[in-house]
Parts: sequence; structure tokens; C-alpha cells
Amino acid sequence: MTSTPPVVQVRDLQKSYGSVEAVRGVSFSIAAGETFALLGPNGAGKSTTIEILEGYRDRTGGAVSVLGIDPRRGGLDWKARLGIVLQTSAESGNVTVTEQLRHFAGLYPNPRDVDEVIDATGLREKSKTRIGKLSGGQRRRVDVALGIIGRPELLFLDEPTTGFDPEARHQFWSLIRGLKAEGTTILLTTHYLEEAAQLGDRAGIIAGGRLIDIGSIDDLGGADARIPLVRWRDENGRIREERTNRPARVVAELTARLNGAEPDDLEIIRPSLEDVYLALVRDDEAEAAGRAATPSGSQLIDQDVPA
Amino acid sequence: MSTTITGTRPQTKAPGVLCLGLARIGYETRLYFRSPDTLLFTFFFPFIMLGIFTAAFSSSGNIGTNPDGTGGVSVGAYYLPGMLAAGMLLSGVQNLAVDIAGERSDGTLKRLGGTPLSPLSYFVGKIGQVFVTAILQAALLMLVARFAFNIALPSEPEKWGTFAWVFLFGVITSAFLGIALSALPRSGRSATAVVTPVVLVLQFVSGVYLQFNVLPDWMQNLASIFPLKWMAQGMRSVFLPDSFAAAEQTGSWDLIWVAAALGVWLVVGLVLSRVTFRWIRRDV
Repeated sequence: MTSTPPVVQVRDLQKSYGSVEAVRGVSFSIAAGETFALLGPNGAGKSTTIEILEGYRDRTGGAVSVLGIDPRRGGLDWKARLGIVLQTSAESGNVTVTEQLRHFAGLYPNPRDVDEVIDATGLREKSKTRIGKLSGGQRRRVDVALGIIGRPELLFLDEPTTGFDPEARHQFWSLIRGLKAEGTTILLTTHYLEEAAQLGDRAGIIAGGRLIDIGSIDDLGGADARIPLVRWRDENGRIREERTNRPARVVAELTARLNGAEPDDLEIIRPSLEDVYLALVRDDEAEAAGRAATPSGSQLIDQDVPA
Repeated sequence: MSTTITGTRPQTKAPGVLCLGLARIGYETRLYFRSPDTLLFTFFFPFIMLGIFTAAFSSSGNIGTNPDGTGGVSVGAYYLPGMLAAGMLLSGVQNLAVDIAGERSDGTLKRLGGTPLSPLSYFVGKIGQVFVTAILQAALLMLVARFAFNIALPSEPEKWGTFAWVFLFGVITSAFLGIALSALPRSGRSATAVVTPVVLVLQFVSGVYLQFNVLPDWMQNLASIFPLKWMAQGMRSVFLPDSFAAAEQTGSWDLIWVAAALGVWLVVGLVLSRVTFRWIRRDV
């Protein structure tokens, strides 16, 4: 069997709004059945990227293929294969959950069963309630339900669990695992790093319109970023930290030095995805500030490009 | 939420554009009757105005009475054709312009733009909703006029023939103009502020609230540029005695000009709708 082509392929994607470059050369691909998490701070270019893939925005440069088709030329047949959960939705809700799902199911050639989706998204009790009367988290479930009702091959989830309580978030995760098991390819953006760790096979981190790292969730940031940290308070009351692959030995040496006394505030920290992510974004910001602080370099570049 | 989601992916044919359009009509009509604003300012507005005019001028006697005391009609009967024309305009222009501008700003259109719904099906749904609600409104208005205000309705079949084409033509023209006008408001909240003055001024200069023949010439000429004047004139030809034709601009009903004006505006509305409609405001 030949390997299946990637479901999403993005090469050197660029997007400017006037003089503002929102996306500056982002490249990644998503394989069939994979869940890819796009992470990054607010305004980093995540939503712009995802909306270009969904066909909502035109790109300024680069090449994009989604399900083998350029989103700029995606027709109704193409849209029938996508499921889209947008970041914001605040439509006036004068229809009930069931009515809305039934109507949207009718738009697709091969929809899921409405009752099945209502149960899967935990909306059974609210199925006869008008959407306008639902809470924020319940409305978000409706958004997710509408995103999967058409049995999509590729599902876009743009910050899907905003407003969910922890229990609802865990239920949502198991719903998504069900979709993954079924072979659905998923592109997820989220601010909850634990969510990305739970659901994602791979992740890309966008900052300032650039992809600053990409890889499987466990490899993100490189091996060095995963080195455990030993932290304690020394005799002078200062916080001390030591990065080491052998934290037990460091602690043992520390205890020996203190003649068996317990070190104050001792911690051994294994960096979570969140720690790795924050370090990457912080480094990138420092680097960007460094670039901005040396204007001579940018002047040189400016001179190369005639106005 | 649970993980039981069946994974079969049988091949089925995509629903047809017209099929989806018909499904949209039902959905849109249901939404129309669930919106209190629309019910008050579009559906029942002509009823309220007809009631006010009938009550306010009930003691002022008939309009258009001949010197020998024959041929006049009650104030209510005189205003009925204007209210029917206003209903056509409100059902199309005001309803759709505010509705679609709202859907654009609250994200409804963006969501629909991400589904395999054709814009054509969407239009069929909107125009169908306008037709269903305008027909209900006109029928109810005539029933109220006949039985609550004791206004005689025409009995000649040819009058009803005129009613049918003026109504059909007027409503579809209004619907397209409403879709076109929906592109103007920058947000759903400003839609009412943009659309209502247009619709209100048109009603005042087109002979809906004020007797058209008492308006100054320049105002009559101005109103003749817009479609509402011709809808009202067509409706007057149906519901008023023929002696009232003398009060029109040229002394006759000019039905051929009614057809021509509505035809031109229909094309203008269609072209503007086609050119301006977007699921979302495109970025530059």
C-alpha cells in the first residue's frame, strides 16, 4: 500500500493585513487520522491560519492544500467533508438544540444521527431548549455538535472547550478520542496545554506569526527542555535551582551537605507541556525583542527591498 | 458525552440545492414567527397603522365623495391598499435587511458559509420566508379590514388578477432589495437605525400614510423613482373605485408603468444582491 497523502499541507503560509504580517512563513502538514494541536499566545496567528485552511480568509502567500484541494477553490463538495467549530459564535438562538441539529444534518450528504450526537455531546436534557437560553458552556457543546453532525473527515476545533467546567472538558476529551478512533483528522487550537497533551499526537507552537517549534507532544522543546528541575531554599533564604537528569543524586548531595537536615521548600519539577511551552514562547519573545533592539540589521534588509 | 459514535461512512448523494432551499423556507419562517421584534415591526405594523388611521379619522367622513354624495369610501377603505403595500415593503426590505445584517454580525452567516449550503438555497429560504409571511399578512389584513372595519373587498376576478401580479412582483422585488440593503449596515445593531429611516421616509412620500394626490409635485416625482409608490398605486387600483383613478398623477392607474417600475427595481435588486452578498465580510 502506498502511504496516503497528508490531509492538510501548509507550505510557507503568509498573511498580511495591510502592513501587519499576521502569519510569516508557517509550514506544517497533518496526516490522515492525526490530531494536530496548534498552540500559541493570543494574536500569534493561530486563528488566521486555521481560517485560511477553512476557506474563510485568503492568504497572501504560500501553498495550502486541505483534503487535496486549495481552500480558495473549495466548493460545496469539499465543505461537506469538513467540520468547523469556530472560535466565537453568538447567534440569536430562537431554535431548539434538536431543531438546529436536525436542520444542519439536512445540509450534509451523510450526516450522523441527531440523537446520537445529542447524547455524545451531553445535550440530552437541553435538547428541547432554545439555544438562546443555554449557558455559555452548553452553547459551546452545541457548536461542537454542529461541527461533527456532518460526519467530517477533517474537524477544525478552534478553542473548543472555552467555558467548559472540568467535568465537561473531560467528557469532551473522550468524545474527541471517539472521533479519533473512528479515523477523523483533527486540527485543534487551545490555550489549555493539558488538553493539547491529552488529545494531540503532534503540536506546533506559533508565536509572532512564525512556527517556533513543531513535533510530537513529548519531543516539543527538545530533550533539554524536559530535564527535571531541583529547587530548594538555601541557608541564606535564597531560592536555588538546578537542572539535572539525576535529581535524586542532587538531592542526596544536598542533604549530605546539610548533614542530613531537610532542605527548605525542596521540589523536583518535571517540566509539563505547559512549562515547555511557556519557556519556548518566552525565549522567542526575548529573541524578537533582541531583533527589534538592533535596528541596523533591519535597516540593511530594508535597503535590499526597493520601496 | 460518551464515545459511542458510529464510524460507518456509507456513500449518499448530496441534498439538492432546491431541496435545501425548501427546507430553509420552513426553518426561516419558524424563526420569523419566534422573533418578537419582527412580529411587531414587520408583521403587525400595518394592522396597527390601519387601526390608528381608522380610529383617528372615523368622524371625518368619507374620502373622494362625488358632489352628488356617491362614490366615496371610508377612511379605513382608503388606507387599506396603502397598508397592503407597506406590508409588502416591510416583509421584504425591512425584514430581510435587518435580519441578514444581524446574521452577518452574529456569526450565523459565517457558520453557514462553512457548511455545504449553497448561497442559492439560502436565498430561496429567505425569499420563500418573505412570501409565506407576506401572504399570511395580506390575507389577515384583508380579513381584519372586512370583518373588523367592515371594508368592502372587490368582487371582480380581474381586480384579483391585478392584485396577484402586483403582490407577487412587489414582494419579490422587496425581498431582493432587502438582501441588497443588508450589505449596508456595518453591524447588526446599527441595522435597524440604517434601514428603518429609509423604509419610513419611503412610506411617507409614497402615499401610504399621506394621501398621495395631496403631496407636492416634487415629492410625487421623487417617490416615483422608488418602487413603493408603484406598489401602492397598483393596490389602489384593486381596492378603490375606478373614480379614484382621476386622483393619480396622470389621471389613470397606469398599471403598465407599475409593472415597468417594479420590473426595473426587481432587476436592480437581483443584481445588487448577487454582487454584494458574502457569507462574511472579506478581509483586504
